[in-house]
Amino acid sequence: MPREGVLVHRIYERLDRDQVERIHSVSMEILRHPGIMCFNREAADIFASYGATVTAEPSARHWQVSIPEALVLQALKRAPQMVKLGARQEENSLILDGNEPRVYFASGSETNIWLDMRVETFVSKADHSVAVELATFHPRRGMLADLCAAARLGEHLDNLDGFIRPVNIQDEDITEENKDVNKFFACLNNMTKHVMAGLTSLDKLDKVIRMAEIIAGGKEELRRNPIISFITCVFKSPLQLVDDTTQKCIEIVRRGMPLVISASPQGGSTAPIKEDGMVAQINAEILGGIALSQLVSPGAPVIYGSVPTRAGLDDLADTYGVPEFNQYNVDCVQMARFYGLPCYSTAGVADVKVPGIQATVEKLFSHIVIALSGAQYIHYAFGLLDKTATFCPVQAVLDDAHIGMVKSLLRAPKVDEVEVVTSLEQIRQVMATSQKLFVRYIRPKLRSGEVTLPYPFEGDKARDEILLRAHEKMQELLQRPVEHIPPEVSERIFREVPGILPRLNTYREG
Amino acid sequence: MTNDIIERIKQNVIQGRMDKEDEGFNGGMVSQPGVKELVQQALDEGVDPRRIVVAGLTEAMKIVGDKFEAKEYFIPDMLASAETVGAAMDILAPYLAKSGVASKGKVLMATVKGDLHDIGKNIVTIILKGAGYEVKDLGADVGPEAIVASVREEKPDLLGLSALLTTTMVAMKETIDSLAQAGLRDRVKVIIGGAPTSVEFAAEIGADGYGADAFHAVRVVEELRQAS
Ligand code: B1M
Repeated sequence: MPREGVLVHRIYERLDRDQVERIHSVSMEILRHPGIMCFNREAADIFASYGATVTAEPSARHWQVSIPEALVLQALKRAPQMVKLGARQEENSLILDGNEPRVYFASGSETNIWLDMRVETFVSKADHSVAVELATFHPRRGMLADLCAAARLGEHLDNLDGFIRPVNIQDEDITEENKDVNKFFACLNNMTKHVMAGLTSLDKLDKVIRMAEIIAGGKEELRRNPIISFITCVFKSPLQLVDDTTQKCIEIVRRGMPLVISASPQGGSTAPIKEDGMVAQINAEILGGIALSQLVSPGAPVIYGSVPTRAGLDDLADTYGVPEFNQYNVDCVQMARFYGLPCYSTAGVADVKVPGIQATVEKLFSHIVIALSGAQYIHYAFGLLDKTATFCPVQAVLDDAHIGMVKSLLRAPKVDEVEVVTSLEQIRQVMATSQKLFVRYIRPKLRSGEVTLPYPFEGDKARDEILLRAHEKMQELLQRPVEHIPPEVSERIFREVPGILPRLNTYREG
Repeated sequence: MTNDIIERIKQNVIQGRMDKEDEGFNGGMVSQPGVKELVQQALDEGVDPRRIVVAGLTEAMKIVGDKFEAKEYFIPDMLASAETVGAAMDILAPYLAKSGVASKGKVLMATVKGDLHDIGKNIVTIILKGAGYEVKDLGADVGPEAIVASVREEKPDLLGLSALLTTTMVAMKETIDSLAQAGLRDRVKVIIGGAPTSVEFAAEIGADGYGADAFHAVRVVEELRQAS
């Protein structure tokens, strides 16, 4: 049995059928003219061999590729509508079905800053007998040990369904050579949920896959239960197919591993700020990438990855807390559904640098809306602040609680013959009593999980103590044990996959 | 008459209106001359190019800056105005040279090897142009060899390097080292920027300055210019 996530009963869509078709047509027009600027030779050759018009632009190091609609549609037919993301513990697997709005929440992405929280006591200048405990925040560079902690935390966050490394490992002894094997091992060894990541160096792909095979129990087992998957942002918006990530995409699909093919334009700087223009462009970009993947390897398990953001008005940096962000993302989910493809979407990033009211408003705004849209895999959902530059574990604990509330909100209503008869009966019975209270009927619903428990970080209600409570909860979760990779498997990985740092070995002597 | 055209240049810079095709942000201005036409017209009428720069462009950018501070203007407004100033400077350059006014300086900009992030670098480029510098943009993913060759050929006063990935920050050091190996390091000041970099990192790799954002970058460039 895979994880449940939440199956959205009534999805929120913004576009009507005509508008969806109109955007689809414009995306097809974009792929035809201006087409895409392709910086990868192999991709240009593949497109050409399937009938695209490819013009070499020797001085500019790229090929201009005009892709006809028929080619895209033919390729899309080959893409699977359901993708399984496996897990070390198989009951943690996820089934992403393009035709079913079952929503999973995941972490991400590679932030450079890890934000520690401390609780400090401040004394009033006016009255020294008055002291309050407050949260203070302390940013520092993320390290390998932090990634291990984030994975352990993620294992115990009930609503975290999938894991994407939320922090970039910047230890002195981490190099481009050993980064991939260390980041994947750090995640896999500290959690039993699905692990997804981008690849730093293409030549480490086979080593990472080998690691996963050893854990899964062989090549075939990994195929059946893909405990890892990859992300490639193949496009540099607008419409430039990047050499490096495109090659990674080609090689990953050749090996049959699940892959998110994503694009991340900023409305206003690298795509139109207008909703229709943004969605038509990002849709063209993602479809261009998916088409390539299916030409390379028909039936390869790929996911429609939409990460549209809006440019900030004060610095042109990407912003996540604005309504347009939600509009763009909801529309992308709808486009993916139009093609029957599972969608990797985006929610839960705060623009502000520290946890607090602004962060909660910005995060919840998108957590609710994007979940309502029925996106199958919502990444960036835990702990991200400062427009994806910072990961804060206390914030991740808060987000987990809030996502739990969102999942409860979206549970399908139970309104059927049996339920209404029961309610009618309840009302009649209560009306016949002297107190006229329904309280006794709460308990069974509380026990069955249908009634939401009080907000877990509530203090004495006179003060806002949310951060202090969340901090305690984080410390408690980090104390809990996790199920590491068993000793013999771990030993084999260290033997067969070079480059993993000895300090990641749970079973090392001394 | 002179005052009138200077005032019109000013207003059009504030509006960020490049040329007569541009409708301006509150519309309805199509077919009226924009900054490009007005600057040319002023020159044709014999207005001193220095006056155009000081009383027209610089004054206008001060007002734009104030509006930005007051949150009446946003970065798209700022960029549009800066772009008109850049275009005006292109037209004015030969006239200024003729009247013996030296350019503020030439800057080469690049995102370093292995890094494709160029939005930040592009903004810095536009703002520097708007501040009156002559800027040549080498693009993204530019290797040390290509940068060294351009420095040799273009002889800029300043080289600006941008990186957004922790893995490509090292290419900044490689570039600076390559300049030194080619014997060019003391001929050009180097300023770096991009989210993962810092003033400490700049010092560590031997850069002369660090820009936290585009406006800060302009201030640092001014300081470096005045120091030399
Ligand atoms: C010379 O003097 C100066 C002075 C000042 C200077 C200066 C030079 N340069 C900059 N400044 C300063 O002034 C500017 C204006 O105020 C400022 O510039 P900035 O560039 O900081 O600000 C811009 C105005 C807006 N900011 C941006 O444009 C960057 C935004 C984020 C979201 C981002 C984007 C947009 C992209 N990305 Co990328 N991307 C992220 C970024 C996350 C973030 N929030 O920063 C970051 C940087 N990316 C990241 C990653 C991992 C990647 N990205 C990749 C690709 C891309 C896109 C192509 C999709 C796109 C770039 C589009 C483009 N045309 O540039 C990949 C790498 C490609 C490559 N080889 O470069 C890829 C590896 C993803 C993958 N797995 O494929 C992360 C880096 C982590 C790390 N390892 O360091 C990242 C922090 C996102 C994240 N949290 O995961 C200042 O820094």
